[in-house]
Amino acid sequence: MIKSEQRKATIAVLVDNEPGVLARVIGLFSGRGYNIDSLTVSEVDAAAHLSRITIVTSGTEMVITQIKAQLQRLVPVHRTSDLTVEGPYVERELALVKVSSSGETRVEALRIADIFRARAVDSTINSFVFEITGSLEKISAFVDLMRPLGLVDVSRTGVVAISRGPDPI
Amino acid sequence: MAQDRMTGSEILVKALVDQGVDVLFGYPGGAVLPIYDAIFQQNQLRHILVRQEGGAVHAAEGYARSTGKVGVVLVTSGPGATNCVTGLTDALMDSIPVVCLTGQVATHLIGNDAFQEADTVGITRPCTKHNYLVKSIEDLARTIHEAFHVAKSGRPGPVVVDLPKDVMTALGSYLPPAKARHRSYNPQVKGDLSRIEQAVDLLANAKKPLIYAGGGVINAGPAASQLLTNLADLTGAPTTLTLMGLGALPASHKNFVGMVGMHGSLEANMCMHDCDVMLCVGARFDDRVTGRLDAFSPGSKKIHIDIDASSINKNIAVDVPIIGDCAYVLEDIIKVWKSRQAKCDGKALASWWDEIEGWRARDSFKYTQSGEVIKPQYALERLNAHLKGRDDVFISTEVGQHQMWAAQFLDFEKPNHWMTSGGLGTMGYGLPAAMGVQVAHPDALCIDVAGEASILMNIQEMATLAQYRLPVKVFILNNRWMGMVRQWQEFFFGGRYSESYMDSLPDFVKLAESFGAVGLRVSDPEKLDDVIAEMIATPSAVIVDVAVDPNENVYPMIPAGAAHNQITMSPDEQAVLDAASTDEGLALV
Repeated sequence: MIKSEQRKATIAVLVDNEPGVLARVIGLFSGRGYNIDSLTVSEVDAAAHLSRITIVTSGTEMVITQIKAQLQRLVPVHRTSDLTVEGPYVERELALVKVSSSGETRVEALRIADIFRARAVDSTINSFVFEITGSLEKISAFVDLMRPLGLVDVSRTGVVAISRGPDPI
Repeated sequence: MAQDRMTGSEILVKALVDQGVDVLFGYPGGAVLPIYDAIFQQNQLRHILVRQEGGAVHAAEGYARSTGKVGVVLVTSGPGATNCVTGLTDALMDSIPVVCLTGQVATHLIGNDAFQEADTVGITRPCTKHNYLVKSIEDLARTIHEAFHVAKSGRPGPVVVDLPKDVMTALGSYLPPAKARHRSYNPQVKGDLSRIEQAVDLLANAKKPLIYAGGGVINAGPAASQLLTNLADLTGAPTTLTLMGLGALPASHKNFVGMVGMHGSLEANMCMHDCDVMLCVGARFDDRVTGRLDAFSPGSKKIHIDIDASSINKNIAVDVPIIGDCAYVLEDIIKVWKSRQAKCDGKALASWWDEIEGWRARDSFKYTQSGEVIKPQYALERLNAHLKGRDDVFISTEVGQHQMWAAQFLDFEKPNHWMTSGGLGTMGYGLPAAMGVQVAHPDALCIDVAGEASILMNIQEMATLAQYRLPVKVFILNNRWMGMVRQWQEFFFGGRYSESYMDSLPDFVKLAESFGAVGLRVSDPEKLDDVIAEMIATPSAVIVDVAVDPNENVYPMIPAGAAHNQITMSPDEQAVLDAASTDEGLALV
């Protein structure tokens, strides 16, 4: 009856945008020993003071149900939704990738960036900053390809996600 | 316009009065001086000055648990707030509604390591149901009202409101409590009807039903306890209670099979193990109740009623989860049961009760009082005999062996008359809790059943008893050991009694007298009854120092990590204990 296989879950949490709300969510995860693979947060409705937190976590079915219930128990939490099981959804991440090289490697970096539809948002004579969006896997693949081509730094946003279709969450 | 401007402190007092508060447990200090000044100038709120802030929280817990109201604490910033952490955690674990008002340094000083500054909302975030820092006078009244709503509704718990000093002196306007729905926090009280019907189906077709009820029934109010009793009558099902649930079903009820868990009765634990349908009401499958999870009640279908969705499927997977307030759900179960004219299988039920009577006949709490030393169980059995027939008795306990014996040997006929620290197991809880109960029920007989080790953890509250003439009786079972620690060292650590002997104990009789209370001592079993009678008859606070057998252990016992049917009944069964205790079990608490 209890499934013990681990699975990934992308959980969307709609919260009141008030001081300490992120600390509550993070404290819940660390205090109860849940994993956080990725966490993003930003205000989504300034007038209604609502923020949206997207958490990618992993655990057994029982643990993921617990995580949802524990989140829902927090007073400033309006709604939690496990997007992974509640129908189709879109998941994206944005990364800024800094590469420093010259000559043929520099041209190769630009060529690969073009294939990945990454945009150069900063350029010096010996460096680029690429902006890339896509799935986790796509960004990881891009970063791996940049490694031998002079990768200096990566800054990733973490995953944001939203359900497909006309309904909210 | 100008005249309806009030100071923050005045707004706070008005909000508390509007919330029905009549008493605060607190301790003043720099950051709360404006609040104490406002308290000085009014007479609607009574302030009880405790002797350490930790005592204030436990007192508020005792007050809350014995009245069903919210207990209120007022302490200063920094150490005042940090001293509350244990009590807040205790209230969180046992779902006790408490509002704790903490002073804070002025808003412009926050974050500057000011004198007596602590990050109170940061420190108390994991040990409260919710907490607030009030940064503006305009948020004050609304926040206080919301704090009370959050503390008492849904699964109750402690709420901290941190109050910077400048907000308390600022001028603002008062807002009365609002009726509006909270933006995000709206706990579900009614259970899902289709699930309730499933539950009735299961119960009606059970051959070996069991009702297992806990502190949630007490929290749902006296009506819930009455409904639980009605359901036990209707179904004929044996009913067990957790430590926190004692009193939810009268101890004298024919269906009561005793407390469940590590030191629960044989019949209760065997019922848990062998039942085919388990109805869990307001309990949370705590590790002290379940024992080894993979051997927990292997053959039963489980129904779980809880107001907190996160309690469901946390430790044990259940078949029919029902989220809702116990009182509402029990009422609906009874309605459906009656409308269907459901009946249990009488023949099956009779043979189930035959089995139970077999276990009961083994008298798992038995002990032998012989010789010249008082057995702790005997002391409590006699105390219970003296309390029989009175309905104005409130019992609190500290934590350890005496707590388990009190749970085993004292009878609770009504809810809200038993205060104990269940989830957190806080030594030092009982005396301040009894104090809070006595404040709420000035004419009642409030007894703290204590151990000589626990009582010393909050002994300073004897001065509070003296100041407010609170006639609490402290009944110490003095075995000169941290008894439960000694018991585990004897069972599981080869009798190496590391740091568990209570050397240099005070003279409890003189100690009592120094606090203006009466001190009594007894070591002769023959004189025990007289001393108990004298304690009860004494109009002031009393400490009774009962010298008990230092070698007595709490039985029965299910070792940590063992199954319910691996229960050890008596010292003669050390072999059973050895077989049941495993390395994994020893790693558990």
